[in-house]
Amino acid sequence: MTILGVPILSLITFFPLLGMLLILCLPAARIGAIKWTANIVTAIEFLLTLALLGGFQATASGMQFMEQRNWFLNIQYLMGIDGISLLLILLTSLLTFIATLSSWSAIKDRLKEYYAFLLLLEVGMVGVFVSLDLVLFYVFWEVMLVPMYFLIGIWGGERKLYAAIKFFLYTLFGSVLMLVDILVLYHHYGHTNLLTMISSGSRLAGTVQLWVFAAFFVGFAIKVPMFPFHTWLPDAHVEAPTAGSVLLAGVLLKMGTYGFVRFSLPLFPEASYAFMPVIMVLALIAIVYGALVSLMQKDMKKLIAYSSVSHMGFVVLGIFAMTPLALKGAILQMVNHGISTGALFLIVGIVYERRHTRLIAEYGGLSARMPVYAAVFLIMTLSSIGLPGLNGFIGEFMILMGTFPVSWLWTAIASTGIILGAAYMLWLYQRVMFGKLDNPANQSLADLNLRELCTFLPLIVMAVWIGLYPKPFLTILDKPVENIVRLVHPEYYNIPLQKPPTAVAPSHGAAAGHEVK
Amino acid sequence: MNGGDLLALGPLIALGLTAVVVMLAAAFCRNHRLAVALTLAGLTAAGVALVCAWPLTPRQVTPLLLIDRPALFYTGLMLAAALVVTLLSHGYLEQQPIGRREEYYVLVLTTTLGAGVLAASAHFASFFLGLELLSVSLFALVAYPRTNPLCIEAGIKYLVLAGTSSAFLLFGVGLVYAALGTLDFARLAAAAAGGAAPGLLILAGVSLTLVGIGFKLSLVPFHLWAPDVYQGAPAPVAALVATVSKGAVFALLLRYVGQLPVSQHAALFTMFTVLAIASMFIGNWLALLQQNVKRLLAYSSIAHMGYLLVALLAGGRWAPAAVAVYLTAYFVTTLGAFGVVAVLSPRGRDADAPEDILGLAWRRPWLAGVFTLMLLSLAGIPLTAGFVGKFFVLAAGVNSNLWLLAAALAVNSAIGLFYYLRLIVLLFRQPAPAPAATPPLPRLAAAALGALTLALLWLGVYPAPFLQLIRMLMPD
Repeated sequence: MTILGVPILSLITFFPLLGMLLILCLPAARIGAIKWTANIVTAIEFLLTLALLGGFQATASGMQFMEQRNWFLNIQYLMGIDGISLLLILLTSLLTFIATLSSWSAIKDRLKEYYAFLLLLEVGMVGVFVSLDLVLFYVFWEVMLVPMYFLIGIWGGERKLYAAIKFFLYTLFGSVLMLVDILVLYHHYGHTNLLTMISSGSRLAGTVQLWVFAAFFVGFAIKVPMFPFHTWLPDAHVEAPTAGSVLLAGVLLKMGTYGFVRFSLPLFPEASYAFMPVIMVLALIAIVYGALVSLMQKDMKKLIAYSSVSHMGFVVLGIFAMTPLALKGAILQMVNHGISTGALFLIVGIVYERRHTRLIAEYGGLSARMPVYAAVFLIMTLSSIGLPGLNGFIGEFMILMGTFPVSWLWTAIASTGIILGAAYMLWLYQRVMFGKLDNPANQSLADLNLRELCTFLPLIVMAVWIGLYPKPFLTILDKPVENIVRLVHPEYYNIPLQKPPTAVAPSHGAAAGHEVK
Repeated sequence: MNGGDLLALGPLIALGLTAVVVMLAAAFCRNHRLAVALTLAGLTAAGVALVCAWPLTPRQVTPLLLIDRPALFYTGLMLAAALVVTLLSHGYLEQQPIGRREEYYVLVLTTTLGAGVLAASAHFASFFLGLELLSVSLFALVAYPRTNPLCIEAGIKYLVLAGTSSAFLLFGVGLVYAALGTLDFARLAAAAAGGAAPGLLILAGVSLTLVGIGFKLSLVPFHLWAPDVYQGAPAPVAALVATVSKGAVFALLLRYVGQLPVSQHAALFTMFTVLAIASMFIGNWLALLQQNVKRLLAYSSIAHMGYLLVALLAGGRWAPAAVAVYLTAYFVTTLGAFGVVAVLSPRGRDADAPEDILGLAWRRPWLAGVFTLMLLSLAGIPLTAGFVGKFFVLAAGVNSNLWLLAAALAVNSAIGLFYYLRLIVLLFRQPAPAPAATPPLPRLAAAALGALTLALLWLGVYPAPFLQLIRMLMPD
């Protein structure tokens, strides 16, 4: 599929770059033109990604819209998407558009550079999800760090430099490990084409595979972030401007889990199995610990940041349970988390822009002054805690359902995360929105204006849609998830469907697939 | 010696002739512009001669010089670097209170000539001649602004330490000669490969020569001169020291060590591994503690030489390609970084203090953008030349199962990033209340920086054509 002669995946990847160059050509004084250009470019980008749906075959098994060219050595410019990437690309372009729109009045200085970096960030994010060559993937993965670093470091809060450098160093350390890994794979296969690597059937030998898996795991786990690599996240979130937080939580964190799904599981099936118990324990710690720490937070952004650690723990749990149901749930939950947490950061951004504080104690009783805001906040809180009828429920339910046959204990521990999640989110809502409006500074707060409302509408629509009718989203995940599970857990499809629950010995941990060579 | 030999030596002859012409021109008519124009013309002529010499390779010209493709490639790289340094120097010298500017270019040309001889040498005699030609020209260049005590100090330090290291080198050569009765690299290699293990005398001799080489490359523990000389030398000269001098010695090392069975010889291999790891960690660690931009670049270059040793140690088919790619990327990046310092320098001193670049992005956005790109390339971020270099070096290391070195390199690129980011942070900080007046951007220097930036992006984004060229360097 091409548009104006340009292959569609290259087009959606590099279209924001055109927008960035355009903005760089505009004089810095023409603020209006710069803002409009950025918003129009991200809107067109979103429409372009929607156009992918037109040619996408939901039931096809392989990669679609493939583009392949030689780059250098045996490294290819190889792009293609399946259902998993498609969902994440749509999420990326939607959230970038919303983040751009939300910056309209929040960012007041150095607009030109700000929007340029934002668009460059979009190039990196989309690039990560369309690349099927490991080096190409790595290039986008790293390039994305640079604009994010500047977004935090220039337009962030008081400790922005500390946060920006910490963010960059953590991720770079992980990605340098990944680079060594990619070279080991290059040495083994003679190329870095992911699809050929998987289809060749050849895998790294025992110990090497474990080491390479572990190093990839650290690289991705830092990005997720998984306990104990999560300490950069609260700092980065608190200091980042609202749009930065939205994209960080909504898209960048997903890259870690996307990496697990796209690279770790198919390339290192045996090692994935071997590491499964360790990863599960880390995921459970993240779920419970993240939720407990959230309860204690005084700063709204920090609270939501730690809640991300908890929610992403669910995603990792679902991925490494390695059952189709859990894996599908995990991928859907990535999208859900992007929607609800992205929206929550926007919500914090709204009051921060008006009051310049994020401390929960400064607020209280806002629902009296800001009814529309209160409604939006409520919907997103409920979505985040997984109320049935909204998106969060579907994802978490599928993950727990899919994990149960693997281990009831893990499922039980993970469920406590949902309860704690309800506790910290509802408590936050109560403290901010209800009670007496006693702080004089809050007396004159304005409710959402039309532009602000527009940033939330698409997210609310998506939350309700996924909550009520998730079938279209799950249908396009069927084939890719089946392909992955067949690679990593082939026994799954040999188990008769109607097996009585007692036969799946729950306490044995990894169930049937444990004997994989 | 016949016509073919002369043609093969064309680039070196052109350089020597240009040096004489520039000197004579200065004797009759002192004119800064004329000297620059003649130098540029001479360097271009040498480049043309190089292209003409390409089809003749490989050709042994006298027992001293072997003109092969790597030799020509590295000479070409050095010529390009000298060209950039000349372009940068014009504006810089105009700005500085220096009486006579013309001889400076003679010294730049002789430095390049020495570097070319080093890259082509196949014999200890030419090795030593090339090295001394390079060193002596650099002593004078470092101390060229005679009124500046910092430069004089740096020049004397360089002179004394380089003299000492040359003595080590000569002693080592003497020992090798005593053991083998030859000064030919090829015969040394044959002797080393033929017998069981090389005798103690050869081992000691080779180790001592490596002291001399290690000094020039500023490998730890021979690195002590680097920060002082980088800081004291005028910025374009520092660029010359960092690129042409180190590049030439590395090209020589590649040929010298390429002949020795390093990977099979435990003692030599261990020695190189220790040098590489020490250079990476200590260079980066000292850079972390550094505020001064030029000193920081000096320490970072120590670490970069450590990275290059990884490629060298990897050996095999990858090593020559990895070294060539990495050195090219390093040349582009280092020249660019020093170039920015040079064009920012006000009269009488170099702009190497943190205050000089504070908030540069808001005063001189283009210059800050170039500097940022150069720093990102030094850190090895993708889509810059530095990434392709890092990729090749790591690939070479992984290919030869040098896990320890590959891991050290990986850890060090993260450490390195930290201080590069600190500089970038400075560039983008809010400007000080009264920003220091920076001199206007000289046109020649602007052209040089523009070309370097384009080269950096081109190598980073689409390295395939360049790699075609590199492929021709690999043994068939």
